[in-house]
Amino acid sequence: MTRITGPRGTIAVAVLAFIALAGSALSAPKFPPLTGRVVDEAHLLSPEVKQELTTELADLEQKTGHQLVVATIPDLQGYPIEDYGYQLGRAWGVGDKVRNDGVVLVVAPNDRKVRIEVGYGLEPVLTDALSSTIIQSKILPAFRSGDLEQGVVAGAQAIIAQLALPEDQARAIAARPAVVAQKTASREHSPSFLVVILVLWIVIGLLRGLGGRRNSLWWLPLLILQNSRGSGGFSGGGGRFGGGGGGFSGGGGSFGGGGSSGGW
Amino acid sequence: MTRLRIARLAMILFIPALLAGCGINNIPTKEERAKAQWAEVQNQYQRRSDLIPNLVETVKGYAAQEKSVLVEVVQARASATQVKVDASTLTDPAKFQEYAQAQDRLSGVLGRLMMIQENYPDLKSNQNFLALQSQLEGTENRVTIARRDYNESVRDYNLEFKTFPNSFWAMIHNGSKPMQMFAASTSAQSAPSVSFAPAAAPPVTQTAPTQ
Repeated sequence: MTRITGPRGTIAVAVLAFIALAGSALSAPKFPPLTGRVVDEAHLLSPEVKQELTTELADLEQKTGHQLVVATIPDLQGYPIEDYGYQLGRAWGVGDKVRNDGVVLVVAPNDRKVRIEVGYGLEPVLTDALSSTIIQSKILPAFRSGDLEQGVVAGAQAIIAQLALPEDQARAIAARPAVVAQKTASREHSPSFLVVILVLWIVIGLLRGLGGRRNSLWWLPLLILQNSRGSGGFSGGGGRFGGGGGGFSGGGGSFGGGGSSGGW
Repeated sequence: MTRLRIARLAMILFIPALLAGCGINNIPTKEERAKAQWAEVQNQYQRRSDLIPNLVETVKGYAAQEKSVLVEVVQARASATQVKVDASTLTDPAKFQEYAQAQDRLSGVLGRLMMIQENYPDLKSNQNFLALQSQLEGTENRVTIARRDYNESVRDYNLEFKTFPNSFWAMIHNGSKPMQMFAASTSAQSAPSVSFAPAAAPPVTQTAPTQ
């Protein structure tokens, strides 16, 4: 049977066409796998430095819960680094899924670009202005003198230092260089009013069911809820990319373009 | 008697599941998602709008002679904030166009404002200006991403009205209508105008690494 004919063939063709279309509509760059906290695809770091950085980054996550990933990328595939960075962060799902507290330090040596990509949840702490200051004062001087490794380490350490501070202190520092009151993107994760009501209905129904005889329909909204939750499928990443060697994986955090970039 | 009860119970149990399985919830779910993305777009445009007064003040201190650009920025901001946004904006092509065009105009004028810094070294090295500049860049970047996310969720939502059996449910949710999408970013088209700005000396990079 070499030819696919009949309605089945038509469906197969339609499905293939749809996949091709969907693929072209969402043309995204290809990303390296998330193999650890330091993904050194461009080979800028020596094994010792990489190990040391990984330890520091693991330490940061243990203390604060924030995930910082250092990525060196040999080729941005023609995308601007701002475009590449947030999609990389989403694809890897860096940061917690609820708090969105991931940061990715992206270094593209061949494109001579660097970017600090900040997850939604950390935008008030690691502001655009502060990210820019870190890039200008810690990373770019070393990069310009040719010492890429030193620049990466200094940049990562400056970010770690800021993220390790207690939140109020970190916010105070973040507010210092800018006179402007920072309006941060409010990302609400509170369940909608409707959901609250439905949950209440279920709980009350359950309680009444336990006590009395009335067979109320407490489980009805449960079905609807379950389905609408499942079919949504949003909230970027979802931790689909598991970690490779180091047993490290992203928590499903999302990114919306916070941070800053620089070039040298 | 008990069999009837069980049958009734089973029906009550399965009908919602069946309906949900057929996608009766798709339209409201996707509509809410698209609206949430729309809120994010507005949020980012608002954030940009909030940055402008400070930016204009700072630039004025160093480059008061660039009055025409400054006035244009203030006017474009005013007209962008005057565009009324309500529930019908999303489904009415004319209103949506008006909103998008007003914001795009502001993007264009802001781009020119940020270009004049090349002629004013004092402005370029002002700390406050640098902070504002990085915030503005970050906000423009967020706007781009928010618009793209919005477009994607609207594309997904609008598809519900064109495909069977979802189009059938559209009759039930007859308050829901397909939404408008943003056109491709116009900032890419206005970018080449940078090239005929007077050539400024490249920034001196050989400074001693600080700290």
